[in-house]
Amino acid sequence: MNSTLPPIVEAKDLTVDFAAGRGMIRAVCGVDLSLKPGETLALLGESGSGKSVTLRALMRLHPKSAKIGGGIRVDGEDVLALSPSALRAYRGKTVSMIFQDPGLAFDPVYRIGDQIAETVMRHEGVSRAEGRRRGLELFERVRIPSPERRLDNFPHEMSGGMRQRAMIALALACRPKVLLADEPTTALDATVQIQVLLLLRELQREFGLAIVFVTHDIGVAVEIADRIAVMYAGRIVEGGSVRDVIGNPAHPYTRGLLASRAHGTLGKDERLKAIPGSPPDLAAPPPGCAFGPRCESFIDRCAADIPGNLVIGEGHAARCFRAGGANEMAPQLS
Amino acid sequence: MLLYALKRLVYVLPVAFGVSIVCFLLVHLAPGDPLTAIMPIDATAAQQAEMRAAYGFDKPLPVQYGIWLWKVLHGDLGASIASGRPVVSEVGRAVGNSLILASLATLIGFGFGTFFGFVAGYFRGSLLDRLASLVSILGVSVPHYWLGMVMVIVFSALLGWLPSTGAGPGGSTAWKFDWEHLRYIILPAITMSAIPMGIIARTVRALVADILSQDFVQALRAKGMGEWDVFKHVVRNAAPTALAVMGLQLGYLLGGSILIETVFAWPGTGFLLNTAIFQRDLPLLQGTILVLALFFVGLNLIVDVLQTALDPRIQRG
Repeated sequence: MNSTLPPIVEAKDLTVDFAAGRGMIRAVCGVDLSLKPGETLALLGESGSGKSVTLRALMRLHPKSAKIGGGIRVDGEDVLALSPSALRAYRGKTVSMIFQDPGLAFDPVYRIGDQIAETVMRHEGVSRAEGRRRGLELFERVRIPSPERRLDNFPHEMSGGMRQRAMIALALACRPKVLLADEPTTALDATVQIQVLLLLRELQREFGLAIVFVTHDIGVAVEIADRIAVMYAGRIVEGGSVRDVIGNPAHPYTRGLLASRAHGTLGKDERLKAIPGSPPDLAAPPPGCAFGPRCESFIDRCAADIPGNLVIGEGHAARCFRAGGANEMAPQLS
Repeated sequence: MLLYALKRLVYVLPVAFGVSIVCFLLVHLAPGDPLTAIMPIDATAAQQAEMRAAYGFDKPLPVQYGIWLWKVLHGDLGASIASGRPVVSEVGRAVGNSLILASLATLIGFGFGTFFGFVAGYFRGSLLDRLASLVSILGVSVPHYWLGMVMVIVFSALLGWLPSTGAGPGGSTAWKFDWEHLRYIILPAITMSAIPMGIIARTVRALVADILSQDFVQALRAKGMGEWDVFKHVVRNAAPTALAVMGLQLGYLLGGSILIETVFAWPGTGFLLNTAIFQRDLPLLQGTILVLALFFVGLNLIVDVLQTALDPRIQRG
């Protein structure tokens, strides 16, 4: 990775609070992100860990009742300070998003081609015909067969994989610099998943995109990402290059995630190793480290303080008191 | 699309046939003899039998139906027993008047209903939503003949702004589009619009709330579309259902406005039905019901075809 380039996405101490009942729930508490052009970061975590919330905060897609704190700079712009009209110009142009379920992310009663043309018209002020021409170009680029005819399709007339290709075409319609992907392969068949991942990687190289890729699937994260940030209860608990995080996990949660995957075939009496307990209630988080109650390396200090970000190696850090020094206690994973 | 419309048209034929049988039988199931109403009380049995034969009431029912249907197919609905005028012209004029009133009422109801519905759906849970919901619930639940009488009391009797009954100056029943005639339609149209307004408002509120919560709305915002663009998408998504509801409401108003037409003495089908029932005017009653029922069938056809044209997900099978 070209380390001389300035980051295109930078979030500092990002927090997101949602109004819930009487109080506020902090879904994201102090996330730092930095992403260079052409780089892919995977936000890895289970449901409710705050990964999608973080992603949507980069585009300020949350309802007005949600409060975003900290700082977000994308391509030199202070995202949190953008006026409504500047925000609209930023969305879809500088940063665009692909959604988890392309069957729900397209308007069901408009033709796909018109939905792409609409975006190009909105951002570049071109004619509808010009917008559709761009759509055709992109459909060819994402290898949708008989693209001309497919532009006239309604969303329900396409298969899931093709819809996701169309969604990618839509996201790339205005040549964005940053692509936010919210579990874009989760709703797809396994064989289609890998095709979409390969396509995304190819397009990233071609367009020099920076991608933030949210997923709960470690395999997908390894396949697509340069760096991985593991999220738990609204914090990034471990971040680093794919090789460091997967090969030398420093946080017990990361180790638990890796151990809970099936490797090859399971024997008849073997069971998948699961992390005991369940994620904390964000309305009443446990004191100290949020993972503490489920952690096998728990020490008294974990319930007293929130662990800081401990640097383990170059670009590799974890929020755990026992990271680094206590490493030898934990079972090493290949 | 055209093929689909033609197909639907063919499906209408058996429905229309069934409708004609029901229309014919319903009137014969009703108690009372139509002739007793117009015959003098002291008429002899022979005179009654003669009269019955003249109107064809002495033949068996299937034969009567056959003769009736044959005439109907040739555009002859018989003559009114009470007035002696052809039923076709009576019904024709009444349908025209009802159509004007019902269309205007539906338009008013649809306009206000969609407005209230959109406001309530967009600002769900707010004070505006509750106000709009209150108006729509009132519209559905207030008895409309009562509302009609209140309107007459306030705007005709107390304020004297608008005429209370009739369809034109001097009891004229021929409709014209000028202010003199328009004055007469305002009160009944507003009264009649209350129910469709309430129903459409509630439907649109639910639709809008549902559409706004869907992923594609967030996706629209994510690609930089403004609120006005999002609104256009919402309208396009809500339109098929809203139009279907409007079409059905128009159908109900065309046939189901007996009370309002009677309160305002509006010379439409409801008024005509009322008269026909009280005078036991069998041919008039049959003719009116048949025409109204066929109207309903036709309206359903139009709504179906329109909906298919608007919503690509509906199969054109």
